[in-house]
Amino acid sequence: MSTSTVQKMRPWAASPKDRALTTLSVLLSVLTSVVIVAATPMKGKLAYFALFFLSWFVIDSLFVVRKQGAKGVRDGLAAKITLFGAVIVSMAVFSILFATISKGLKGINFAFLSQNMHNASLFDPIGKGGILHAILGTLMLIAFAIIFSVPMGILTALYLTEIKGKAAGLIQFLVQAMSGVPSVVAGLFIYAAIILNTPLRSSAFLGGLALTILMVPTVTRTAQEVLNLVPQDLREAGLAMGATQWKTVALVVVPAARSGLITATILGVARIAGETAPLLFTVGVFDSYNFNPFKGDQGTIPTVVWRGLLGGTPESVQRAWSAILVLLVVVLVMFVLARAFGSKSPKK
Amino acid sequence: MSIDTPAKVIPAARKITTKPRVSDQIFRAIVTTFSFSALLILSLIAIFLLSKGFATLKAQGLGFITNFEWSVVVDDGGVETAHFGLQAMLIGTVVISFIALFIAVPLSVFTALFLTFYAPERIKKLLVTLIDLMAAFPSILYGLWGFFVLMPMAEYWAKLLHKWLGWIYIFDVPDAIYSRSPFIAGIVLSVMIIPIITSVSREVFSQTPLDRVQAAYALGATKWGMIRAVVLPFGAGGVVGGSMLGLGRAFGETVAVFSVLNIVFRTNFQILFTQGGNVASMIIQKWGEAGPSEVSALMAAGLVLFILTLMVNFLANAVVTRTVKSGR
Repeated sequence: MSTSTVQKMRPWAASPKDRALTTLSVLLSVLTSVVIVAATPMKGKLAYFALFFLSWFVIDSLFVVRKQGAKGVRDGLAAKITLFGAVIVSMAVFSILFATISKGLKGINFAFLSQNMHNASLFDPIGKGGILHAILGTLMLIAFAIIFSVPMGILTALYLTEIKGKAAGLIQFLVQAMSGVPSVVAGLFIYAAIILNTPLRSSAFLGGLALTILMVPTVTRTAQEVLNLVPQDLREAGLAMGATQWKTVALVVVPAARSGLITATILGVARIAGETAPLLFTVGVFDSYNFNPFKGDQGTIPTVVWRGLLGGTPESVQRAWSAILVLLVVVLVMFVLARAFGSKSPKK
Repeated sequence: MSIDTPAKVIPAARKITTKPRVSDQIFRAIVTTFSFSALLILSLIAIFLLSKGFATLKAQGLGFITNFEWSVVVDDGGVETAHFGLQAMLIGTVVISFIALFIAVPLSVFTALFLTFYAPERIKKLLVTLIDLMAAFPSILYGLWGFFVLMPMAEYWAKLLHKWLGWIYIFDVPDAIYSRSPFIAGIVLSVMIIPIITSVSREVFSQTPLDRVQAAYALGATKWGMIRAVVLPFGAGGVVGGSMLGLGRAFGETVAVFSVLNIVFRTNFQILFTQGGNVASMIIQKWGEAGPSEVSALMAAGLVLFILTLMVNFLANAVVTRTVKSGR
């Protein structure tokens, strides 16, 4: 008896010849763009970039047109243009990350992270004064925002997924609309509603209220997605055991979705941690520690960046870059945490 | 031998009721109450901004939208003459938002197509993470980056545009000053809204029915042929909706625009020139030295901005939901 082995065939995969042609065309177009830039008055990165894609398209089309005709040329053009779009978008991201890290690191030192600005001005040389007060202020704001928006967001999500009441469509619509409220409007609203009408003045508490408006929609939408992923069987099992709906939700559904709900909270915090506009109306700016969250202005990282940017001198701008780097690291850490928790949440 | 038959015990019939227990009623009441917080917050915003801005709206009437003068003059007798008109800022908002859309929509659609149909798995994962991260960048970071990194480059691009397309009115400039222009603000905004449009488009593209994709391939379509015949018609609604979500974000953006735009109260369509405006950043600019009557005017401006973004968002969500849910 003879055995025949089945060979794995992938006729659609690129053959060595195809790959060689691709490499050749890329190399040729690099060469062409360099030659054209050298020979004509065009110069700069922009010229290299544009010429490379242009000549790559032309050269690749020459290879393709013999075998596949106009259809192949159009196909190649589409592949290159989509790649082109993705390259530009990732260049923007990398440019932002690179600028923040390279410019921000210069101003980071122990004093910057452990002192406040009480005895230093924005225009003093780096090394004098720091942003610890702002870090504490931002943490306070985040704590308030979590206290208000997590119950609100998760209960709204429970209404949409568990109770599915008559108003579910309306609520869903409103939550989506709320996610589009501009941050400046949230700040104006708290100012109009509280500072103009009550004796309360700007404080971390009011800032937390303004940020809550921006955070609730993010928490609600993410929590809703996660709760929808909890298998229907679990709910039915809970009810079949004789549990009431309240017990089923509290002891089965929410624990099953716990890590996802944490993700929702973290994503919400990442959304608001860097908001600047509402803080200008509701929190003010301050250069030293203020441990009373209900009274008095508060220093926050975004406002430190804001003032540094408006300050305009090299020192104040350096402070702005370093402060934004601290903020970016916070956002990045939260992002990684959210991913870590998110990957643990129940799959379909 | 006999077996004692056990006495039959029949439990009394359980009362079956569809009425929820007391604990459930409390639970439902609490959850339902909280779920209306969105409605409560949105209406409170409208009510308070309207009540504080009412004085201005009443004094200025329709002129608040159509005039472009913004000034408060106090004469010797202490009589205040105020002119508040948003026209220049409203037009400026629309102009920079549309520049942003003009740049961001093609790039986002290309990126979404690349991610869905062309990218190898590893690159796809990396890029998706990067784009999600981009959505979480604080807007002040975009402002800082726009001012110090993008502006020098964008000024050069603006000069090139002016050199080659200067004969078109919108690319002409009265003076050769190219910094802090609506064009640069538009580029910054486009970078900010790319993640929104890309992720919505990607979601819609990835829901293209597989049978249609395979049918196109079976008929001999190239990848681009398949995308043009199947994916783009299917996903068009999602792209439109995603773009409008991005537009909503662009309308309301404050600090990033303030950082890179020279805010001047003049209606300006020459996008390369260093003057422009945006309602949200105008509010921040005027806030510092605003007297009581001007605060009222800024509240009214906030109300206009709120209504504008709310309408765009309502529309966008309606379009996206219809496309994603129905699967056409």
